Amino acid sequence: MAARKTRPAAITLKRRDVVTRVLSRRGDAAVVTGIGNAVHDVASCGDDARNMYLAGIMGGASMVAFGVALAQPQRRVLVITGDGELLAGIGSLATIGVQKPKNLAIVVLDNQAYGATGNQLTHTAAGVDLVGIAAASGFDSTALITDSAGLEAAMADIYDRPGPYFAVVKVKTVTGSRLDVSRDGTYVSRRFRAAMTGRAG
Amino acid sequence: MTMAKAKARHWSHEVYSVLKRADVRQVAYVPDGGLAGLIDLCNADKKMRSVVLTTEEEGIAQMAGAWLGGQRGVFLTQSGGVGNCINMLSIMQECRIPLLAMVSMRGQWGEAFPWQVPMGQATAAALEAAGVIVQPVDRAEEVAETVEAAARLAYDGLRAVAVIVSQRITKSGERG
Repeated sequence: MAARKTRPAAITLKRRDVVTRVLSRRGDAAVVTGIGNAVHDVASCGDDARNMYLAGIMGGASMVAFGVALAQPQRRVLVITGDGELLAGIGSLATIGVQKPKNLAIVVLDNQAYGATGNQLTHTAAGVDLVGIAAASGFDSTALITDSAGLEAAMADIYDRPGPYFAVVKVKTVTGSRLDVSRDGTYVSRRFRAAMTGRAG
Repeated sequence: MTMAKAKARHWSHEVYSVLKRADVRQVAYVPDGGLAGLIDLCNADKKMRSVVLTTEEEGIAQMAGAWLGGQRGVFLTQSGGVGNCINMLSIMQECRIPLLAMVSMRGQWGEAFPWQVPMGQATAAALEAAGVIVQPVDRAEEVAETVEAAARLAYDGLRAVAVIVSQRITKSGERG
């Protein structure tokens, strides 16, 4: 008999609360979101020119953030994405693990499901270990966060620990409200670039 | 002297100079024989950050991030990797982010290895379908000027541009 895949009952954190706490001390950090609910989670903390909302290119968030991190070495660059999005670009962890950008941190909101399409299970529900993959790919600092105490303990590392830093936060599938985030990529990207460079062009 | 003139430097040196003048700082690539000379020159340059990718689409995302962060990059790939990039190229079109790409062809001029032909024959059409301006070059002495023009169209004209380097130049794949 095939094993039934069920979600551990122990998951208590809600993604919106996690993102609110993480971004509460963002400082001048740049934030790149993955496709899906991560866009709304980040926008719910206040729209910001330093947010690059990627509402497409599934699997691309970590490498977009990597390119930003190389170009902005003095600035912390934070990826907020889901497990499905990260899995779609899983090779990026190997590339980033080799390059070791000190100012890049990736925070994965792992609800073990494709939340935008009806909560079909992702590979993490079947036990695929994203933290293990990151560690094996060369991320020297990683964390698996399963409760609010763990999140508090990780807060300093997310912003200050020499990267690349990688954390998985296990979250419920419950989502927050959808926000009226601009879906106009031209607008969002130029606003973001101007905030990074201090130049209009 | 005539011998020295006849033995002109490999085109990759001139392309490298073009990339330096264009202030290209990030180089993303999947290793490729046709572009190996250029890749080696970029790798040896400490002011360029050369990044080996696991798959080509990572490079498209990285190039978008480079521009978003205020740097210029170049993406180097073989034609066989172009198909991997298609969805990721959405960000160039939707955000109108510049891309400078160089694609070395296989499956095109005198290819002797059959598995290279399907993607090679689809390369230009696939790029154009994804909104990339394709600029082919089939003479070694014209590669550098084509890259220079493409860099201007990309970074000043704010467009995604791919220079397609003919197999006639690289001589790849003659023995399959």
